[in-house]
Amino acid sequence: MVMEIVCPAGTPAALRAAVKAGAHTVYCGFNDETNARNFPGLNFDRQEMREGIAFAHAHGSKVLIAINTFPRAGNEAIWHRAVADAESCHVDAVILADLGLLDYAARNHPGLRRHLSVQAAAANADVINFYARTFDVKRVVLPRVLSVQEIAAINAETEVETEVFVFGGLCVMAEGRCSLSSYATGLSPNMNGVCSPASHVEYREDKGVLDARLGGYTIHRVGQNEPAPYPTLCKGCFGASDKRGHLFEDPVSLNAEQLIPQLQKAGVTALKIEGRQRSRSYVTQVVRNFRTAVDALEAGRPMPEGMLARLSEGQAMTTGAYKKTWR
Amino acid sequence: MELTVGPNQFFWSADRWTEFYDDLASTPVNRVVLGELVCSKRLPFYQDRIPEAVSTLIEAGKEVALTSLALITLKRERKQTAELAEMGVEVEINDLTALPHLPKGAKLSVGPLVNVYNEGTLVWLASQGVRRICLTPELPLASVRTLAFAGADLGVEIEIWGHGRLPLAISGRCYHARLHKRTKDNCQFACEDDPDGLDVTTLEGKPFLAMNGVQTLSDTYATALHQIDTLSEAGVSALRLSPQSNGFIELCKLYRQVLDKDISGADAVETLTRMDDNVRLSDGFLTGNRGVDWSGEQAQPTLRI
Repeated sequence: MVMEIVCPAGTPAALRAAVKAGAHTVYCGFNDETNARNFPGLNFDRQEMREGIAFAHAHGSKVLIAINTFPRAGNEAIWHRAVADAESCHVDAVILADLGLLDYAARNHPGLRRHLSVQAAAANADVINFYARTFDVKRVVLPRVLSVQEIAAINAETEVETEVFVFGGLCVMAEGRCSLSSYATGLSPNMNGVCSPASHVEYREDKGVLDARLGGYTIHRVGQNEPAPYPTLCKGCFGASDKRGHLFEDPVSLNAEQLIPQLQKAGVTALKIEGRQRSRSYVTQVVRNFRTAVDALEAGRPMPEGMLARLSEGQAMTTGAYKKTWR
Repeated sequence: MELTVGPNQFFWSADRWTEFYDDLASTPVNRVVLGELVCSKRLPFYQDRIPEAVSTLIEAGKEVALTSLALITLKRERKQTAELAEMGVEVEINDLTALPHLPKGAKLSVGPLVNVYNEGTLVWLASQGVRRICLTPELPLASVRTLAFAGADLGVEIEIWGHGRLPLAISGRCYHARLHKRTKDNCQFACEDDPDGLDVTTLEGKPFLAMNGVQTLSDTYATALHQIDTLSEAGVSALRLSPQSNGFIELCKLYRQVLDKDISGADAVETLTRMDDNVRLSDGFLTGNRGVDWSGEQAQPTLRI
């Protein structure tokens, strides 16, 4: 079967663009703290979601709604409503991370298909099978800490479909288990749906040197004419003992396009593209390229090469943990 | 309120490890969680010492639990996890992978690296037999209060991070190995040289984080000393003290004195800073805008450029 391309959409326009470009599936979120890309001006209100899903279905594409932050104590009703609204919008599945919310959805919306978000960081077959048995989870989005071999081993031991990130932002920490951002800025992916938020970023120029600060901490420094990367915490430049550099990860983004055949052999069902914050034209290009790649693979044609390099916006690319270089 | 000693997050030599738990036997703490939390490669160095440490602590009247690893990916790690309950002591789950391996009816607790943010999750864990939860340090006081209240109804005790460098992230990549340009499989145990983690500074030389193998911690030592009365009123059952290489026995005694109201939280903070004049404290996750914030007066960090 052809591998499923799961594409992000931060706006109704991006959703339509993705569908037209050939995305098998589009994922999006409601415009509130229930999703892990809770950025100003992004995401869908209920009406937009209903219309977006109807549009996608009319064109043969599926839609997934990410409700993948961790509900705030005392305020779970907001998340419960999101799950109920997702079902009434006729979404194809919801992507959940929180145990309590999975339990709620399984009990109150048994007919609504559930995927396990990457934010749950389910990194082995035992725990994935446990989620499947307990909450009838049909698909798991794997954390970006696994190699292709490890992914293959997981697929050999589970009936649950696996979805892996192939392009865009790269978390080097186990997702959903990182509070670096809230330590430095007060806002976190788990609680607020944001990481290293732009509201806490500051650029300062002095004598031809440009400092990028996050929450008052300088974590990038470049010369005047060098590109200044966005100061995401885990990709910052730090000092330790007598060394200085990108101690956790370089300012890179993920591109696993060349690993698609291996991922297919490893039993992966779906390829996920990160970036609900991205523009319509970006989404169109990325989807077209990945669609071309999986169609080529299915037809037994060679994979097109280097098709996405120009979309990296000057950033270096990496295959992350997939090629086992971390181990 | 009780005191729990959390699992040692760092890599210490087996002798140092044994000495630490021997010393703990005589401290006024109620509960000790031990075992390997961060990296499965460290465990063989002291694994055979665990049964004796467990006996010593139980004989000294402490409750004892064994932690699971925080991130379980390899076959060997899954096997270790499946065998955790064989020791016959309570298991503290720090990766959900451990839960299905534990025998029905066993006494279970959940550690700070499992995400418990709300009542729904708490209720579900209680339905699985969990009787104690140490909350993730990221939670603000309002959430702690709500969860302690919900826990009381269900017979689930709520513990919070009381003292120590905060576990902020866990990864598949080893940063100590990366720093030394080694792979994880050939790390040569670089983390052994840093018994409290290796300080990570920003480009202006400000202390910021600490690296500990695959784990990233805060530079600051979080402390709940300023919130003890509020936490107690909220129904929090225990404070967790996280092992550090220096002055830990004194630290346990100090917190006991505060809980017994022999000295005030503010006085204890003063003692802490006297014990180590370089220590930087935080309590921002509980009461501040950001985790690194501190409700008291902060000593000026030493700049290291």
